[in-house]
Amino acid sequence: MSSRETEVAVLGVGMTEWGKWGRPFVEYGVAAIREAIADAGIDYSDIQFVAGAATVRNGYPGYVAGATFAQAMGWTGLPISTSYAACASGTQAIDSARAHILSGMCDVALVVGADTTPKGFLAPSKGERGDDPDWLRFRLLGATNPTYFGLYARRRMDLYGATEADFAQVKVKNSKMGALNPRARYKKEFTEADVMNSPVVADPLRLLQICATSDGGAAMVLCSKDYAEKKGITNAVKVRGISTTTPTFPNQIIEMPNFATDSAAGVALVGPSFRDSIATAAYVEADLGPDDMDLAEVYDLSSALELDWYENLGLCKEGEAEKMLRDGDTSMGGRIPVNASGGLGAFGEAVPAQAIAQVCELTWQLRGQAGDRQVEGAKAGVTVNQGLFGHGSSVVCVR
Amino acid sequence: MSDKPQVSARPEWFAIDANAPHLIGTRCEKSGTFHFPPEYTMSRAPGFADSELTEVALSTTGTLWSYTNAGYAPPEPYIAITDPFEPFAIAAVELADEQMVVLGQVVAGVNAEDLRVGMTMELTSEPLFEDDDAIHMIWKWKPAADQPQAAGADA
Repeated sequence: MSSRETEVAVLGVGMTEWGKWGRPFVEYGVAAIREAIADAGIDYSDIQFVAGAATVRNGYPGYVAGATFAQAMGWTGLPISTSYAACASGTQAIDSARAHILSGMCDVALVVGADTTPKGFLAPSKGERGDDPDWLRFRLLGATNPTYFGLYARRRMDLYGATEADFAQVKVKNSKMGALNPRARYKKEFTEADVMNSPVVADPLRLLQICATSDGGAAMVLCSKDYAEKKGITNAVKVRGISTTTPTFPNQIIEMPNFATDSAAGVALVGPSFRDSIATAAYVEADLGPDDMDLAEVYDLSSALELDWYENLGLCKEGEAEKMLRDGDTSMGGRIPVNASGGLGAFGEAVPAQAIAQVCELTWQLRGQAGDRQVEGAKAGVTVNQGLFGHGSSVVCVR
Repeated sequence: MSDKPQVSARPEWFAIDANAPHLIGTRCEKSGTFHFPPEYTMSRAPGFADSELTEVALSTTGTLWSYTNAGYAPPEPYIAITDPFEPFAIAAVELADEQMVVLGQVVAGVNAEDLRVGMTMELTSEPLFEDDDAIHMIWKWKPAADQPQAAGADA
C-alpha cells in the first residue's frame, strides 16, 4: 500500500493531567474527549464513530469502553469499537478509527482511552485461574512486570557495558522534560543521586527507574483528508503509518507474561526480531525511515528499556544506545529527542490511554504547540509501544 | 522442613521425580521445535499444523541469558514462603538443545550479584509454598559447579 492511502488527519487532541486521584476512569476519558473536540473545532454531534481502548481493571464498563464513552457523551446511536491489546490498546483503537475513515465508512472518528489504576504492582485478576499464564507467572515465579524489565537491563549491562549510571541518566533526562509538561504526573527534576538512592525493585532497576501506575485519559479526533480540507485545514498533522504487528515464530525474547520464549530448534527466525519489526512496519507504511524522524516517543516502562528502543527503532546500531545517550543525541536539542513529553517515567502507565497519549504528544510537537519542551522544527515523529501477549504498536506522524 | 509429602506445584509442567526433576515440554516431530509450557493441540511452528506433538523431558542445563531479583514481595497470587519477605533472584536460562529461554527462580542463597550472563545453570527443585496437605515444589535454577572460563565474556 502506498503511504498516500494510509493517511488520515489529526483534527484534535486532548489529554488530562495524569495523577493518582482514584476517580472513575470515565471522568478522565470525558475530559480528554471534550478537549479533543474543542481542539478540533467541531461538535460531538459531528462525530460518526467512537473507538474506545479498553481496560480490564475497572470491571464491566472498562471491558466495553466504546459504549461506555458513547453513553457518557450522550447516546447518539453511533457505531463503536472497543479494542483490548494491553498497553497497545490505544494504537489498536487508532487503527480501528483509521480503517473506518480510509474505507469510507465514516469521515470523522473519535479515539479515547482512560484508566484508573490500583496502587503498587500491576497484578492479574483475582481468583484461582490456573489456565491464565498472567496469573500463573505471579503464582509460580513471583514474576512481576519489573522482573522482565530487570532481565532486559541486566543483559544490557553484561553484554554492552551499560552502567547503572546510564539507566539513571535516562530518568534524569526524561524528568527534565517532564518538568516542562503541564500534563505530566511527576514534574520534579531528579538527579542521578536521587535515582541511585531509591530502593532496588528488580535488580539492577530502582524504584525511580520503573514507571508508576497512573490515572489519566487521552483522546483524538481523526478525519479524512477531504473532511479536513472542507474545514479549511490544509496543514493538519497526519497519521501516516500504524503498526499493530505481532511476533514472527520463533520469538526469541522473553516477553511478559510468558514462562519461556519460542524454541529456535528446527525453525530459524527469518527477518527482524519482534521488537525490531514493530516500528519497521510503521516506517514502511509511511514510506519513511528512522533518519526522517525528528523525535520519538518510546515506551520507557523502565529507564533501561528506553535504551533498547533506540536500537529497535533504528536510531542506532545494537549495543550503541548508551553512547547515543551519553552524547546527548536523545536529549532536548540533540539529534532526535526521545520522550520530549517526559515519557512514562514522568507520566506513569494508564494502560488504555498511553499509546494515544504518545500520538497526542507528536501532534503538539509537529504543530509547534509543545511550549517549553518544543522540539524545534519537528516535521515527523514516531511512537513505539508494546502490549502484553505480543502486541506491537507504533505510529508515524508527519506534518 | 516438615514431613508432609512433596508434590509438584504444577504437575502438568514440572515433574519432581526423586532423582531427576525436570520440565515437561512437547516436541513438534516434523519441525523439531519445542514448546514450554507443553502444547498438545497444534504445533506453533507455522506450517506444521499436521505434525505430531510428543511429550518430552526438557534439558536440565542451559546458559544464563539474563537475571534479576524481586526486591519486594510480589502481589497475590504469589504466596510468600518467608516472613518477613526475603528477596530472591530470578533467572532466564537458554536451554542448549531446545534453543529456548525458560524463566525460573534461583535457589535460595544465590543472589543477583552472584550471577553473570553466560554462566552454566542447572535445574533443581525447592519448595514454593506449603499448605495443610503438602509442600508444593517448583523448579529453580542454580549455578552449575563447573563454569565456562570467563563466563559472560562472549555470551
